This record gives sequence, C-alpha cells and structure tokens, in this order.
Amino acid sequence: MLAPGPGRGGADVSGAVTTAPDPAPSEPSSSAAVPPRATRRRRRSRVPTAALLVAPSVVFLAALFLWPIAVGVGQAFTGADGPTLAHLRRMVDDPYFWTATRNTALLIVVLIPLQFAFALTMALLLRERPRLSSFYFYVWCVPLAISDLAAGLVWLSIFADRGYLNSALSRFGLGDGFAWLSYDNQTSMFVAVLLAELWRATSLVLVIVVAGLQNIPRDYDEAAAVFGATYWQRLRHVILPQLRPSLQVALILRTILGLQTFAVAQALTGRSFPLLVGETYQWYVTLQNEHVSAAIALVILLMSLGTAVVYLRVLRDPATGGIR
Amino acid sequence: MSRRSAARRRTVGIHLACVAVTLFMGVPIYLIALAALSSRESLNRFPLSLLPVDLSTETMRVFLDSTGVIGGFQNSVEVGLLSLILSLALGVPAGYAVARYAFRGREPYQLFLLLTRALPIVVLSVPLARVFLASGLYDTTYAVALLHTALALPTTVLITSAIFVAVPVEHEEAAMIFGASAPQAFARVVLPQALPGIAAAAIFTFVTSWNEVLGAAVLTLNRRTLPAQVLSTLADSPLAFRFAGGFALVVPALVFIAFMRRYLLNMWGTTIR
Repeated sequence: MLAPGPGRGGADVSGAVTTAPDPAPSEPSSSAAVPPRATRRRRRSRVPTAALLVAPSVVFLAALFLWPIAVGVGQAFTGADGPTLAHLRRMVDDPYFWTATRNTALLIVVLIPLQFAFALTMALLLRERPRLSSFYFYVWCVPLAISDLAAGLVWLSIFADRGYLNSALSRFGLGDGFAWLSYDNQTSMFVAVLLAELWRATSLVLVIVVAGLQNIPRDYDEAAAVFGATYWQRLRHVILPQLRPSLQVALILRTILGLQTFAVAQALTGRSFPLLVGETYQWYVTLQNEHVSAAIALVILLMSLGTAVVYLRVLRDPATGGIR
Repeated sequence: MSRRSAARRRTVGIHLACVAVTLFMGVPIYLIALAALSSRESLNRFPLSLLPVDLSTETMRVFLDSTGVIGGFQNSVEVGLLSLILSLALGVPAGYAVARYAFRGREPYQLFLLLTRALPIVVLSVPLARVFLASGLYDTTYAVALLHTALALPTTVLITSAIFVAVPVEHEEAAMIFGASAPQAFARVVLPQALPGIAAAAIFTFVTSWNEVLGAAVLTLNRRTLPAQVLSTLADSPLAFRFAGGFALVVPALVFIAFMRRYLLNMWGTTIR
C-alpha cells in the first residue's frame, strides 16, 4: 500500500531520522504528546490533585463506553428465554449482511490508498507555497466540518438521474441520462460513493499530513537537494520517512472512521449499496430488532479493534518501539 | 535560461494542480447551493442549468416550513450547546492535569482516550437506547448530548492539554509566589492565555455534535436533531427537499471552517492522536 510511506526497505533511513534529537524542542504546542520538560517541573507529589482533575472524565467515559458495550453483548446474545445464538444466526442468514460486509471492506480497501495519495499530493502542493495558498487551504478544508449525510446529499445533486452530471453530459450531447445510482449499475454506484467519501474525508488526512510536514525541518530536504537528490528521491527517502508518525495516526483514524461510513451511501443509494453501519440502522429503525442490530454493531467493533491491532503491529516503528 | 523556463513550467504546473483540486473540492458545494436556491420548477426541467439564472428562495422556504425542520434546528443547537458545556466541564480539568502533572497512570490514561476515540459510535448507540429507555432519558436532547459528549471528550482533553502545555508554567508560578492560590493562579493567569484554544475545542465539540447522525437518529423519535430529521425523512421526500437539507447542513460547515481557520491544524491535525 502506498499510505504507510516507507516499507521495511526504508527502515534504516527512518531509524536514523527518528532517533535524531528533536530539532525544534521550543515548540511544545505542536505536539500532542506532552514533552517531558513541562511535567518534570511539577514532580513534587501532587497526585491527589491530578487524580481529582482526571477522575470525572474517566468515570464519564467508562460509564458511557463500558456499560453500553456490556449491555450490547447482552442484547446480541440473549433472547426471551436465556442465552441464545438465534440473533447471530438471523444476522448471518440475512443476505444484506454479507453484501454490506463486502461493500464496507471494498470501500475501505479502495478508498484509503486513493485518499492518502490524494492528501499527500495536496499537502506537497501547499508545501510549495503557491500564491493564494491560504485560500486553497480553506477550500480544501471545508469538508472537515461536513457530515457524511450532507456529503451524500451534495453528491446526490450531481449523480441523480436528473442531476448536474447528466445535465452537463446532455448539454455536450453525450447521451441523455445514465442512471448512475441505479441498482443495476453497481460499479457506477460504488464510484459515486467512493467519490463522495474521497471528497468529504480527505481533508482530515490532509490536515494531519500538513501538521506533520510543518514539524519537519527543511534542513534535511535542503541538504539532500544540495547533494543532487531529485525531487522523487527526496520525497521517498527524506520527507516520507519523517512523515511516518503522522501517516500512521491518519491511517488508523481514517480506517476506523471509514468502517463507520453509512449516511453517504444512504443518501446516494438508499439501501441499494448497503454498508454495515447502515444495516444496524435498518435493523434498529426500520425492522425494529435491537438484537440483530446490536450483533452487527459488535461485528463492527471487532473489525475496528482488529484493524487497530493489525496496524499497531505492522506499522510499529522499530526505532521508537511504538506508535505515537 | 532553460533552467529558468523549467522552473516557470514547474510553477505553472503547481498552480494548475492547485486549481484542479480546488475545483474538485469547491464545485460540489457550488452545485448544492445552486440546487437549493433554484425554484422547484426549474429543478424539474431536465438539462439543469449549471449557471445561476433562475434563483429563488422557494425550495429553501418549503424545506424550512416542513414539519420537524425548525424543531430539528433547535434540537441540534440545544444538543450542541449541552455537549459543549459538558465536554468542557469534564475535559478542561483533565487536559490541565495531563499537561501539568506527572501523575501515575498518565500514560494509561492517554491510551484510554485513544481507545475511546477508536470505538465506533454504533456500538454505543443501540445499547444506550435501551439504557435510556429504562431510565426515562430516551428521546430527550440530554440523551443525545451525553452520547455526543462521550464522542468529543477525548479530543477535548487532547486539544486542551496541548494548549495548557503552551502556557508557560513560570507565569503560574510567579502568580503563586505573589500570593495567589492555585485555583486563583489558574483563573487569572492561565485561563486568559488558554481561552482562544479552549474556544477552538468548544467549537470542535459543537461541529462534532452538529454532524453526528446515527446516534441522534437511534436515540430519539420526536426530538430529532436536524441531520437525524433529514435522514429519517430521506426515503420519502422529493429531491428538492433533499438538496435543501444538504445545503442547510453544509452552510454551518462553511462558517465554522472560516472562523476556525487558524486552529484547524491544532484541532484536527496534531492533537487528534
């Protein structure tokens, strides 16, 4: 995949870079991980105060995360008379479930590499500081605050049978209307959902990558240029390895959020292009069956945890021994 | 000479690429605005006009007059403000603690935050509906606000801790040397400096809440937020209604991002880990 940046082959380069001392320690706000310097000063035992300050959020999050998960497991595995696998069986017997699983997986596998390539291109373009770059950045970031439902509706105006794409095509005399979102045209339906997601969610990756690029000193890049490295060589061996931590975070976040995509597809295609989260919604709201709905939700939970674990293992940076 | 022309070609290329990306990002927004601001009649003609020739507020007016839309607006604002207050009340102290104290369990706490961020919201919504039904919170704005707070709280802690790290400890210590108590030093010295960042965290929470669809749709029947309302009426509403709904959901996004331009990298970029 393109996204994680350097493969194992580039490990020696990235190792050398990441173990180098942080060249800009005077910029604490730029890093979420708190630099040890700020905390060392207060090492006098202030444990009670800190615990007092943190406790409410821990209690709240535990109550709103752990409790529902326990209840959810109960919902999925108990029926009117004791424990049962009936809901699970009902879930796997529903043909929509498998289509939805396939669609979700397909969407992520195709979307994520495209999205990272796109976001990297955008970030590198901005790095060249073209004129109007702050205007570009604003426009490219607008989808950050757009919900997936809104994004679906925006692209519906383009792909609808009598929408803007068909209008434009017919004005140029290229046929009079193709049913992009029809159940019969699975491919164009998928492409429509893919484009809408690419449009909506690439900005998140962009912002993370731009923030990462800002923390990379230009010295290494300039040194490489002085020694005659071409742009591609610098990108491959200097910039990407240093971007690695940002790319890892973006990759985990985007994949997990990608698993939760649903309103885009709902707005564009109704149930013609089912996704897993859309199925929980269907079972809960339309079919009024909370048990199957909870079971599908648990499947999504397992998939998310699975991806996170796989990413953390596969992408672990040998130099730092962990992910940050 | 040839080197200079190569450089110029590169600049032109970069510019063209920027314009192309901007068109991809901007044109859909233009089109939804165009659709929402066209009259119903002109939306029914077939080759739709790609230029704003027949603007009218009719489509938007009909949308705003439909049942549940104005109420949805109100509920959305209410839920957003409630989540904002709750997540600041819980998140700011925690962010301060993470930034200033080396307490035992700080690392696990941060890992815990990361973990909660990674949990899909569906997993919470369906069981929470049952919990809230049992406790009488179902179909209230409070229920949705609790869910949205859980969603935004980890990020609030991370953003605010990054902000407090940026406020020099020396200022606080100086205040305390001059006789201020710790809470006074915090309120008079740290808070004013951190305020813009805290505002950014607050807006982040509001946007998160404004955009969340699934949980709000599952946890409410009558007190739906605007996205939940649009989603639940999606299947049996005319295209014009859907375009108007899409536009109504997009406009706040334009405003939010314009307001928060300076903080984008802080909010969604670095601190999101």
